[in-house]
Amino acid sequence: MSYSPGSSAVMTRASGSQPCADVSRPLPAEQLPKISVRNLQFYYGARQVLYDVNLDIQEKRITALIGPSGCGKSTFLRTLNRMYETVRHARLEGQILLGGQDILTQDVTQLRRRVGMVFQKSNPFPKTVFENVAYGLRISGLGGWGRRSRMIEEVVEQSLRRAALWDEVKDHLHKSAYMLSGGQQQRLCIARALAVDPEVLLLDEPCSALDPISTAKIEELLFSLRDSCTLVIVTHNMQQAARVADDTGFFLLGRLIEFSPTRIMFRTPAKKETEDYITGRFG
Amino acid sequence: MGSLPLTPERILAPAPRGRVRVFWKRLRSGDEVAHLITGVFAAAIFLIAAWVVAELWRGSALPRHQFGWHFLFSRTWDPVSGAFGALPFIYGTVVTSALALLVAVPLGVGAAIFLSELAPAGLSQALTFLIELLAAVPSVIFGLLGIFILVPLLRSYGEPFLKSTLGFLPLFQGPAYGVGFLAAGLLLAIMIIPFIISISRQVLLAVPREQREAALALGATLWESTWKVVVPYARKGILGSVFLGLARALGETMAVTMVIGNDPKISASLLAPGYSIAAVIANEFAEATGDLYLQSLIELGLVLFVLTIIINALARVLVLTTAGRGTEHP
Repeated sequence: MSYSPGSSAVMTRASGSQPCADVSRPLPAEQLPKISVRNLQFYYGARQVLYDVNLDIQEKRITALIGPSGCGKSTFLRTLNRMYETVRHARLEGQILLGGQDILTQDVTQLRRRVGMVFQKSNPFPKTVFENVAYGLRISGLGGWGRRSRMIEEVVEQSLRRAALWDEVKDHLHKSAYMLSGGQQQRLCIARALAVDPEVLLLDEPCSALDPISTAKIEELLFSLRDSCTLVIVTHNMQQAARVADDTGFFLLGRLIEFSPTRIMFRTPAKKETEDYITGRFG
Repeated sequence: MGSLPLTPERILAPAPRGRVRVFWKRLRSGDEVAHLITGVFAAAIFLIAAWVVAELWRGSALPRHQFGWHFLFSRTWDPVSGAFGALPFIYGTVVTSALALLVAVPLGVGAAIFLSELAPAGLSQALTFLIELLAAVPSVIFGLLGIFILVPLLRSYGEPFLKSTLGFLPLFQGPAYGVGFLAAGLLLAIMIIPFIISISRQVLLAVPREQREAALALGATLWESTWKVVVPYARKGILGSVFLGLARALGETMAVTMVIGNDPKISASLLAPGYSIAAVIANEFAEATGDLYLQSLIELGLVLFVLTIIINALARVLVLTTAGRGTEHP
C-alpha cells in the first residue's frame, strides 16, 4: 500500500471499519444495479473520448471514479445526467439504464431531478443562501405563499441539515451565498442539489479547490448521505477514493480499466495499469 | 541612509543614490507614469462636465433672473412677446424617451437573449454584425426614414388603427397627423435598440458557464436557466445598456426634430405633435434674436443636462432598491 492515510478520523470511518466496506449492505435492490452502463462510446465531434464502457453502479453506495487528467472520467460522469448535451457536437452511443429505464428516452429535466450534480467549482447563484437551496423547488413549480412557502422552508432546512451546513448558516439564511467560505459554498451546492431529493448524486471533483478541513467535512457528509442516495464521485485524489468509496473505477485513456470494490482495487488490483497508477508510477 | 530597516526589497534592489534616482527608476518602470497619465485623463472628464455646466449657467443669466423657477413650469414659449417656458420641451423629451424605452427594452433584451443563448453561433455573429452597423447609422438618416416611411405609415394605418381600437384612452385621441410623440418615440426606439442588443448580448455571453450548468443540473429547462439564472446574473449589465439607450434618447436631436412636429404644446395624446429640448435648441438657435431668446435656449440646454442627470440617478436608485437581498455577485 503506497497511499498515505489523509485525515485519520475519516480514514477510520472509510475503510477501517468493516460495515461500510464492500461486504456491507446486502440490500435486495442490489440485485438490480441503480445505474447500468452498456457499451458506451462517446465522441466530441470526430474525437472519441470514451471507448466501450460497461459498468454497474449499485444503489446506496459510494462509487469513485479515478484516473489521470483527461482520461474521460468527468465526461463519463456527465453522461449519467445527460449534461454532455450542453456541448455542441457531443455524441453518445450505447445504453445507460437508471433503475432499469433508458435515460436517453426520458425527459431530460425529469432525469436531472432524479440525478443531481455537484460541480468542481462551487457555483452558487447570486442569491441568498435560502433562495439557492429553494431554487430547484421553485422551478419544479413549488412557489407562492402559505402552506407551500412553509413547505419550502422545511425542505430548505432539511436539505441544509443533510448537507451539514444548517448550524453554520441558520442565522444567515437571507444573506448572499457569496458571504460563505469556499467549503461552505460547496456544501451549499450539495444542499441545493439535495433539495429536489435526487436518487443519485454525481460529484465532479467536489473537493479539488478546498482545503483539507473542508474536504474532510465533505467526505463525512458523503458517508451520511449514502443511506439515502447513490453517490458517484469523480476524484483525481486516490486517497480520497480510498477513504470514501465502496467501489472504485479506474479510467485510462477513455477506457474503464478496472472496476471493483475499493479495498480490492487498492490492495490487489487485477490489472497492471491500475497497479502502476495507484502506486504512483505514472499519472 | 544606513539607518533604514533592511527589507527584502532594499537588499535585492541596487543601492539607490538619493530620491531623484529612486523617482527616475520608478518612472522608468512605468508605474508612476501610468498613474499620472490615467489620473489626468480621469480628471479631464470631470473637468469637461463641470465646464459645460459652468458655461451653461453663465450663458443663461438673463432668463434665470427674469423667470426664476417659473421657467421650468411655464407652458408658454412665445419669442415675439418674450415669454419663455421650458415645460412643453421637458414634457416632449420625457414622453418620447419613455415611449422609446417602453418599446426598445423588451425588443432589445429579447433579441439579445436570442442571440446569446439560443441562436446558432454563425447566425448570432452575422446578426450582431448587422446590429452594430445599425448603431453607426447617422441620426439624420433615421430622420429621413422617419419622414418618408414611418410617418406616412403611422398616418395612414398605425394611428387610425390605434384610434379605432384604443381610442377610448386619452393617449390615442385627436387627428392623425403622422408626426408627433408616437412617431418620435418609435423612431428613437429603433435608434436605441442596437445599443441595447449589442451590450446586453455581450453581458449575457459573459455569464459563467457554471451558472447555466448549475440550473440545468437541477432540472431546469434551457429557458428556465436563461430567464431565472442567466438574465438575473447579467441584470446590471443589461440595465447599463438601457441607461446608455436612455441617454441617447434624451439627447437625440436631428431624428426627433424631423418627426415630432415641432409644436411646443403639452397634449395627453401621443398622436399630437410636440417638441423636445434638443430639437428646439437645434431649430431656433440660428434665428434667435435678442439676448433673452438666445439665453433661454442656453438655459434649456442646462435643463436637459440636469434632466439627464436626474433621470439617470433615479434609474440607478431603482436598480439598487429592486436588486433584492443577496443578489450581488463578485
